[in-house]
Amino acid sequence: MAYPKTYRYTKEHEWIEVKGELATIGITDHAQHELGDVVFVELPKPGAKIEAGKSFGTVESVKAVSEIYAPATGEVIEANGELQNSPEKINSDPHGAAWLIKVRLTNASGIRDLMDAAAYEAYIAEKGKETSA
Amino acid sequence: MSELRKTPLNALHRRLGAKMVNFGGWDMPVEYPSSGGLIAEHKAVRGSVGVFDVSHMGDIRIHGGRHPGGALAAVQHITMNDVSKLATGQAQYSAMLYPEGTFVDDVIVHRLGEDDFLLVINAGTREKDIHWVRENTKRFDCVVEDLSDAYTQLAIQGPRAADVLRKLTDTDLNGIKNYWFTHGTVCGLKNTLIARTGYTGEDGFEIYVPSDAATSEKVWNQVMEAGRGFGIVPCGLGSRNTLRLESKMALYGHEISEKINVWEAGLDRYCKMEKGDFLGRAALELAKSNGLTRALVGIEMIDRGIARDEYRCCNEAGEPIGVVTSGSPSPTLGKNIALAYVPPAFSAMGTVLYVEIRGQKCKAQVVPTPFYKRQKRAAAPRVT
Repeated sequence: MAYPKTYRYTKEHEWIEVKGELATIGITDHAQHELGDVVFVELPKPGAKIEAGKSFGTVESVKAVSEIYAPATGEVIEANGELQNSPEKINSDPHGAAWLIKVRLTNASGIRDLMDAAAYEAYIAEKGKETSA
Repeated sequence: MSELRKTPLNALHRRLGAKMVNFGGWDMPVEYPSSGGLIAEHKAVRGSVGVFDVSHMGDIRIHGGRHPGGALAAVQHITMNDVSKLATGQAQYSAMLYPEGTFVDDVIVHRLGEDDFLLVINAGTREKDIHWVRENTKRFDCVVEDLSDAYTQLAIQGPRAADVLRKLTDTDLNGIKNYWFTHGTVCGLKNTLIARTGYTGEDGFEIYVPSDAATSEKVWNQVMEAGRGFGIVPCGLGSRNTLRLESKMALYGHEISEKINVWEAGLDRYCKMEKGDFLGRAALELAKSNGLTRALVGIEMIDRGIARDEYRCCNEAGEPIGVVTSGSPSPTLGKNIALAYVPPAFSAMGTVLYVEIRGQKCKAQVVPTPFYKRQKRAAAPRVT
């Protein structure tokens, strides 16, 4: 699956798409692949504050619980309610319909330090080599 | 970190693109994206058939010395079930116990002959078990052989398992009842051990073939080919775990361990106190008269949330009362289920208790186990 060029990516495998002071956040295709069948998602409610680098929710597969870390600091304006009944969408469309939250950014300064699509693809390719070595 | 151990099929799993994990020091497939992942593998086994590489399991043969009966006496001494009740060609679930009545490991004992037994043991406890068996059978006239590396063990599991295996052998599989075994030619390999056993709660077979990589891969590929019409898929340890959990089969280090005794684990029916003395018996006698302080129960989540291994159980007031030993979504039931140790006062069906999930008290209730039990079906019509 292609990594959208307009997104930025974290080392913990989240993506963020910024449009002005609004941003959409999700987990990457690599993350959903590593997790396997997603069966449960726990997300913050609108109004909740998220802080760059801090956990704001969890995604669970049959086997494992995985924390989701905020790529940026801001306030949640919407959580993707679809995922409560159809968490498996994270497996099928992680970069699109299965976005997790939309936020109003209060501090966008850290975003330029995140990886672009090419850097992220190189990063996961390198990780892949480590584990198969 | 020491090098992970590999089964003879390791390279094949990697070629298939399996996700690999460290399981008790073994580099094992947890799921195969090419099979559709864990849930698809689970459903294949419940609905049709799947194949697992379980070569990491250990195998200990105990056979007679100079005088007949030495191996029988040794196995009676180190296991809690009654092997004298086994006919040649029959197997039983059992366990090896410490003098405290707690678990060294659970085992399947196969009676190969009058005074000849094969114990199939867990991967993570292999060295400990072999050492334990050697130490505790010294005074018996028997020979202990570690055959763990001699076999590649494949588990073909599911309602169509017999249909798949039938294509690879002339052996009459209808003649092998549940927990019985025979030796026959499979994939052209003579004298292959074929056992109607498994760890999934479905019908199925486990076959033991020579452990060289070429033979192992050849057999695996023939099983896959024979199963193609039935939708067979390779299955990993992930679905193996959800399948055994639904069927309430114990996993060492979770439901059973060196800290848990037979009565607590609810394995009474595999423990034959009347057979005579055996390791752990005296402590179990005492434990029985003292009464239980905790019991293994099945629970089902009522609130949203998945109970996971080692999560705490608590009462209405939030006071800790027990611990989850295994927890997972159940692909068959579509519910979140778990096994947990709780005080007997909380073990009645329908009892409400809570599981602490990331600081939240989530409601659950005690339910009957096994969570899933396969329907005994009428014999399939014979195709002529």
